[in-house]
Amino acid sequence: MSEPIISFRQVSKCFTGKDARAAGQFAVKDLSFDVTAGELVAVVGKTGCGKSTMFNLLAGLLAPTSGEVRVEGRDPFRDFAWFRGRIAVVFQGDRLMPWRSAVRNVAYGLELHGKPKSERLDVARDWLHRLGLQGHENDYPHALSGGMRQRVSIARAFAVNPDILLCDEPFSALDELTSEGLRREFVKLVRENNKTSIFITHSINEALQLGSRILVFRPPAYIALEVHTAQATNDDERAQLKQSILAVMTGEAAATDGEQRA
Amino acid sequence: MLRHLSLNKETIIAMAALALAWQLASMLFPPFLFPPVPAIVEQFFNIFRSESLLLNAVATLARILGGLVGAFALGTMLALVMAKWEKAHRHLYPVLHFNQGIPALSWVVISIIWFRNTEFRIWFIMVATTLPAFTFQILDAYRSISKDLLEMSLSFRPSRYDLFRTLILPTVVPGILTAWKVNLGNASRVVVVAELVGATSGIGYQLLLMQQLFNMAGALAWTLMLVLFVLVVQRLITLIEDHVLTYRAAAERGI
Ligand SMILES: Nc1ncnc2c1ncn2[C@@H]1O[C@H](COP(=O)(O)OP(=O)(O)O)[C@@H](O)[C@H]1O
Ligand SMILES: [Mg+2]
Repeated sequence: MSEPIISFRQVSKCFTGKDARAAGQFAVKDLSFDVTAGELVAVVGKTGCGKSTMFNLLAGLLAPTSGEVRVEGRDPFRDFAWFRGRIAVVFQGDRLMPWRSAVRNVAYGLELHGKPKSERLDVARDWLHRLGLQGHENDYPHALSGGMRQRVSIARAFAVNPDILLCDEPFSALDELTSEGLRREFVKLVRENNKTSIFITHSINEALQLGSRILVFRPPAYIALEVHTAQATNDDERAQLKQSILAVMTGEAAATDGEQRA
Repeated sequence: MLRHLSLNKETIIAMAALALAWQLASMLFPPFLFPPVPAIVEQFFNIFRSESLLLNAVATLARILGGLVGAFALGTMLALVMAKWEKAHRHLYPVLHFNQGIPALSWVVISIIWFRNTEFRIWFIMVATTLPAFTFQILDAYRSISKDLLEMSLSFRPSRYDLFRTLILPTVVPGILTAWKVNLGNASRVVVVAELVGATSGIGYQLLLMQQLFNMAGALAWTLMLVLFVLVVQRLITLIEDHVLTYRAAAERGI
C-alpha cells in the first residue's frame, strides 16, 4: 500500500474554552487512523461524539492538544496556507453567503485563491451544470431549495479542485429522497475526479452506501469499529454489518481495543 | 432609482395638511407667532440667494459630517478593541454606557471650559455625544458575523485582506449604514446646541439671531434647512442600503 495521505497518530483534543461545562472535556482522545489516496472513508457516530472536531483538526482549523495530524506529510494547522486549494470542506449546513448568487458562491474559493474573474466564473458555471443547476446561476440562496443549496456548496468545494474533500454530514438536513440522489452523485464525482474523501454521517445507511471503509466512532472520538463494506457481499451480510455497527454506536457491544489501532 | 427618490402620495398629503393648518393659524394669530407659509418659504429660498447665509448652512452640515466621521473612526477602533479583548469590553462598556446618559448641554459646558478653539469645541461635543451609540452599533454589526461562514471562509485559507473584503465587510455594512442613519438624526439635533459655544456661523447661530430678532419665519426657515438635510442624507443612505441588500428575500407579508 502507498503512503497514507492522511494520518492521525494518538490525537487528542481537549477544549479549554470559557464554557465551563465543556472545559477539560476531551472531544477527541487518542485517535489514530490512516487514509490512503483515492479512498472514500465514511465516519459514522452519534451526535456529539467528536466527528466535527476531528474534521476541524484535519482541516487545520483546530490544533490538537496532543498527538500528530499529518496530511500529505504536513501539519494542517501549522502549514495552514500550504493547504490552500488542497483541502476543501462541505459543511453540515450549506453555509452559502446570502449576498452572493449561486455562481458567485461556487466561485468563492477560487476568488480567495486569486483566480481571475472570468476563469473562476467559467469553472463555477461548469460545476453548477455538473450538479444539475443550470439556469440557477444567478439565483440567490434564499431562492433555492435546501437540496439545491447543498448542491451549490458541493460545487463550491469541487471547484477549487482539492486533493482531499471533507464532508461533515452535508445531507443530514435534507429529505431521504434528495439526500440519496445527492449521495450517489457525490460518490460518482469523487471517483471520477480521483479525490480522497472522508465523509461524516450519523446515518448507518448513508455510511454503507458511501464508503468502502467505515470507521465507527464512539465518544470521545475514538474508533470503536472499522469495517470494510466489500466484505459484505449479499443482503444478509449487509444487514448483519448494519446490526453490528448499530450495536457499537449505541454502546451495546463493547469496543475491542485492538481494532482501534488500525 | 427615481422610484426611491420620489415622495409618495401620503407624504405629500400629510405635509400639505400641515402647511394648510399653519396657514390657517397665521390668519388667526399675529405674524410674529405664526408667520404665513409663503413668508417662511421665501426666507428659506433667501438662504440660497445669499452666499454668506448659505455658508452658514454649509458650516453646520460640515460640522455634522465632521463629528460623525470622527465618532465613526473612533467608534470602529473601540468596537474592534472590545470585540477582540473581553477584558476591554468589560471596562469600556460601563464607561460608554455612562456617557450615553450625559446630556448634550453638559458636554457644551465641559467643552467650553476645556477648550479654546470654537471649531474644536463643536467637534468634541459632536464626537462625545454620538460616540457611545456608534460604538455599540458597530460592535453589534461586527458580532453579527456568522461563525459558520467564518469557518467556511477559513477552510479556503484566505488572506486577511480577502477575508475582510469578502466576509466581514458584507456582513457589517448593513448595520453600519443603519448606525449612520440613526446618528445623523442625533447629530443634527446636537449640532445646533453645540453651535452655542461661541460659533459666529452655522444654523445654531442663525437660530439664536432669529430669536433675538423675534423673526419666526427665519427661525423656521433655518429649521427646515436642517431637517431637509437630514432627510435627504438619510434617503441617500436608504438608496445605498437598497442597492447592497438587493439579495434579501422580499417577504410578501409583513409582521
Ligand atoms: N469549540 C468548542 N468548545 C468547547 N467544546 C466543544 C467545541 N466544539 C465541540 N465541543 C464539544 O466536543 C464534543 C464533540 O463535538 P462535535 O465534534 O461537534 O461532535 P459531532 O460532530 O460528532 O456531533 C461535544 O461534546 C461538544 O460539546
Ligand atoms: Mg458535527
